[in-house]
Amino acid sequence: MAIGQSYREIKIWLSDSACIGLSPVSPELFARSCPRFIDGFFISIELLVLASLFGFVIAIGLAVARTSNVGALSVPAFVYCYVFRGTPLLVQLWIFYFGFGSFGAEGLGPFWLVFRDGYWVGLVVLTINTSAYAAEIFRGGIVNVPHGQIEAALAIGMGWWTKLRRIMLPQALQISWPAYSNEIILLLKGSALVSTITVLDLMGQTRTVFSRSYNLEIFLYAILLYLVLSGSLTIILRILEARLRTPTQMSRQH
Amino acid sequence: MDFVPANIGLLSFGDQGWGDELLAGCLITIQLALASLSVGLVLGLLLAGAKLSQNIVLRILAEAYIAFIRAVPEFLIILLFYFGSEQLLRYLLGLAGISIAFELPRFLAAVIGLSAIFAAYAAEVFRGAYLSVPEGQIEAGVAIGMTNGQIFFRIRLPQMWRFAIPGLGNLWMVLLKDTSLAAVIAVNDLLRQSKIAGESERAPLTFYLAAGALYLLLTGVSDIFRERLERRAQRGLARSAG
Repeated sequence: MAIGQSYREIKIWLSDSACIGLSPVSPELFARSCPRFIDGFFISIELLVLASLFGFVIAIGLAVARTSNVGALSVPAFVYCYVFRGTPLLVQLWIFYFGFGSFGAEGLGPFWLVFRDGYWVGLVVLTINTSAYAAEIFRGGIVNVPHGQIEAALAIGMGWWTKLRRIMLPQALQISWPAYSNEIILLLKGSALVSTITVLDLMGQTRTVFSRSYNLEIFLYAILLYLVLSGSLTIILRILEARLRTPTQMSRQH
Repeated sequence: MDFVPANIGLLSFGDQGWGDELLAGCLITIQLALASLSVGLVLGLLLAGAKLSQNIVLRILAEAYIAFIRAVPEFLIILLFYFGSEQLLRYLLGLAGISIAFELPRFLAAVIGLSAIFAAYAAEVFRGAYLSVPEGQIEAGVAIGMTNGQIFFRIRLPQMWRFAIPGLGNLWMVLLKDTSLAAVIAVNDLLRQSKIAGESERAPLTFYLAAGALYLLLTGVSDIFRERLERRAQRGLARSAG
């Protein structure tokens, strides 16, 4: 709880100082709703970070399952990916929030704690959605690891787990990272849809502020903030890509 | 409570069920996707042309537009075009001295927004395809005295499709799913019909699941078509390689 408390305080402090810092240059309309925009900005970042971390882990599992020879693993993983990639994110959000959520406290029992709050539903659905797309990308990476690598791993007597962890996954990640970066940008853009299930993320706050004034300037500020978000995200993903690349290149020099 | 098996009858056709309403919504969704595809393809070709042009101003404008669309949520873009085009029209009419109350048709607004998004991604696909047509083909055209226009329409464009089809197939699937955003600006597409039905029958889960299944059907059928088209596009390549 102490961590949650201080995190909340940090957010408030950041939001305050950002708004004060921007105040000399910010137009009146933005200045009036600045805390709202910054709050929404943080919610969008939270959803993005959490969904991409959880989604990454699930996607790796799914990708391994999909490339497995065991039908009991590969078929369910295929169906999962097919269903969640074949339906719109918006429909998935509404199925979970308005659909399952309609069962209420008596129908859902302990799950109600998750389903009553758009934030958690949004996080769950974004995680599921991105894991399905990322699994497909990582599967492509795994399939494209050169066959000689696998033979070499077997030749020196690596077990299934060691081979996966030390040979397959690092190279699969390296191959699929550019496509995965794209998916994370798409996740950021998709996260705006949680505003339809009452979450006040950047988009949600934008719509709230817009509904009061119907001034298109509001959208301009939201666009600028989204440009900042996706711009910094692109830079972070590039840095990670460069870091992923180094070990293999170094080993190739030997 | 919305127990799905007990509510399956609500999906039937006729006066009792909502089957026909959902089907009508499905048709709107398909129309929306096809209309946005056609407008988006034309705009995408123009954008690709701007990106490949010698004119630096055109090139920068096209780059900036594409970067903008790639970075900003589709939802925001659709709302922006929806409210923006209406206010812009009103402003222009005001300049002309006409002040009438009107509302931009929502279907049209959705098509504008969706095709604006599609065009940016399609432009990248077209640009790649344009550059993939072998230079020798163009030189051959020049050698037999074709004009630039003839070279473009008779040599470049027909061959570009082959390289563009896989990318465009992907974009079509994205577009089909993005049409669901139109429900938020109250276009009576599949998702909105399901919302209305779910709310009036107090069975939201049944109808949203039905909508999900229909979207899955649409994307599934598209996927089959896409594979066929891709195989068709590969025909010439296989022959020249063999």
